[in-house]
Amino acid sequence: MNTSATFGVGTPSESDFRDTRDGDMSDIGLTKGHVTVGSVEIQAAKMTARGVNIFYGDKQAIHDVTVDIGKNQVIAMIGPSGCGKSTFLRSLNRMNDTIDGCKIEGDIRIDGEDLYSPKLDVVELRARVGMVFQKPNPFPKSIYDNVAYGPKIHGLAETRVDLDEMVEKSLRRAGLWDEVKDRLFQAGTGLSGGQQQRLCIARAIAVSPEVILMDEPCSALDPIATARIEELIEELSHNFTIAIVTHNMQQAARVSQRTAYFHLGRLIEVNPTEQVFTNPEHSLTESYITGRFG
Amino acid sequence: MSKEPIYLEKIQRSLVGRYRTERVFRGFGMLAVSLGLAAVLLVFVDIFIKGTGAFSATYIALDVTYEKDLLGIENLADQRQVNSGDWEALYKQALRRDFPDIRKRGERRKLYALVSSAAGYDIKDRLLANPGLLGSKETLWILADDDIDSYYKSWLDGNAYTARLTDGQIRVLDTLINTERMQLHFNANFLTRGDSREPEQAGIWGAVIGSFLTLMLTLVLSFPVGIAAAVYLEEFAPKNKVTDFIEVNINNLAAVPSIIFGLLGLAIFINLFQIPRSIPVVGGLVLAVMTLPTIIITSRAAIKSVPPSIREAALGMGASRNQMVLHHVLPLALPGMLTGAIIGMARALGETAPLLMIGMVAFIVDIPAGFMDPATVLPVQIFLWADSPERAFIEKTSAAIMVLLGFLVTMNISAVWLRKRLERRW
Repeated sequence: MNTSATFGVGTPSESDFRDTRDGDMSDIGLTKGHVTVGSVEIQAAKMTARGVNIFYGDKQAIHDVTVDIGKNQVIAMIGPSGCGKSTFLRSLNRMNDTIDGCKIEGDIRIDGEDLYSPKLDVVELRARVGMVFQKPNPFPKSIYDNVAYGPKIHGLAETRVDLDEMVEKSLRRAGLWDEVKDRLFQAGTGLSGGQQQRLCIARAIAVSPEVILMDEPCSALDPIATARIEELIEELSHNFTIAIVTHNMQQAARVSQRTAYFHLGRLIEVNPTEQVFTNPEHSLTESYITGRFG
Repeated sequence: MSKEPIYLEKIQRSLVGRYRTERVFRGFGMLAVSLGLAAVLLVFVDIFIKGTGAFSATYIALDVTYEKDLLGIENLADQRQVNSGDWEALYKQALRRDFPDIRKRGERRKLYALVSSAAGYDIKDRLLANPGLLGSKETLWILADDDIDSYYKSWLDGNAYTARLTDGQIRVLDTLINTERMQLHFNANFLTRGDSREPEQAGIWGAVIGSFLTLMLTLVLSFPVGIAAAVYLEEFAPKNKVTDFIEVNINNLAAVPSIIFGLLGLAIFINLFQIPRSIPVVGGLVLAVMTLPTIIITSRAAIKSVPPSIREAALGMGASRNQMVLHHVLPLALPGMLTGAIIGMARALGETAPLLMIGMVAFIVDIPAGFMDPATVLPVQIFLWADSPERAFIEKTSAAIMVLLGFLVTMNISAVWLRKRLERRW
């Protein structure tokens, strides 16, 4: 019956927010009226978040987050476990809607359109803002059907030939085509972990979304598969806007143009990646990237 | 540093106790399993031993002459002549010829009683199927009366049961046995006929068809409704006091004694809606109401077991809630749902109490031809036969139980097979 418990993967559980937030904030250099430092706003913003607060029941998971996500850029979101980065990411295509008791305040827009306005259709939004999850989650169907699923439900392909082309194109862009072209009709779940994750990326890009959200896409993969996905993110960023949550700071440094550091539900700092990792503005960011906590 | 050997000793000492506990636990487990198996085996073997007899019946060889005068029939095509024909006279004449010494009327009647009262109809069917036989003579194997059947089978076992027979009859029977004119043949009647007051003519087919019709209706009514309810409650319903209340009551409903459902059927379907008694429609409705909670509960468990990552993947691709359910959740939950439905059906197949309440316990000879014909079902047939005084019904009862168990085992095996097969797809 408890539907809220069904979305386990990548969802912060309530216990993640049972912490010393208000009491001990001063100890770790966080003040109550914290204002994000760095370059929050940028010129060519694809998505904008303004004063976003997210609650799970009575617990506040995200405090007053304001940030822009640049078009055809990769923004990495880093921070210690339970800092709310996944929660924030999921609010960008309203995946939090599926969680009972999750409430969102503030203003999130894509190309100026309000995500949470009653006029916006959530199905259309998710076609525009795709998502790749922490654990590879291909459908228990064939490789072909996995990639063809999005085009099919959104009615993007007129004919079978169109659909075949879309599937091939997506698999090529995900760098998976050569490995699976001879077994398109075998189960997607039979692939290796890294291949499954690339299949999930192929599935996400098959509907040509404008933004791709990635929630720790490499955390379940080995270094070789991770490197493969990172290359892919780099390639995809020429055509797509990407927001990636990661625990791996090297990964953030390698793939992103901008990095946002979250701490205890607050956005501490947003700056160009190079600056965050070489010359962070905020002392908390510095502590985190130098490994003092996290 | 010096503490380490002491720890090791302590661990080693505690190991002995731990292994002993494990052995005791395993012993209890194995004992429990063997007790259960032994009980099941005992029941099966007992029923099998008692029931196999019902699949054969005693037949007597008689030289029947199809005499026109004796029958009172000139033309077999004339329906009225056929109906008024004295068909029993044929086997009576044969018996008289074989045992000319028996002359007294009382003894003659006892002699005729050796043959089943249905023998006349069997001869009639034989002649109508082969009209060319009229006027000729042939040796027929004629169905014996149930008392003769009991006597012959117990005689074969070396312990003849004579309580229901006169000395004269036993002499005749011994003559028939010695001249090899008495034999056991396969009892096709048991598998093809409806119920009868005469054990040798009673068959299970009416009850099988009754059960089939009733269960068909139960399945058609309860499976879609159960799945729709489960999907709605699991995937669409808001989680609040009302749905909590519904959930608790579905669980309560599953625990209600089945006879209560029978009373419900009697009050609502028969008294309020005026549906006739004793028919599969009412039985199916009652059993559907009874099975519904089981199907809802198992279907919800099956839906719950679908991995959340699949739902997220579908929603993340922009599938609507409905598409997520239809494309991903239902196909993955289907094996579990089917298993639940088959187990529910198996329970409904074995159900007697609610059907007693709605009149499906009536004595029904005709094999039901449709949902509106009076019918009975297998477990009720077993109950009826177990309740009958004739000795020959003992083996019928056991044989009917064998048939019922056969269906139940088949259904359960198919549930397992279906689950394995559907789950193996990916």
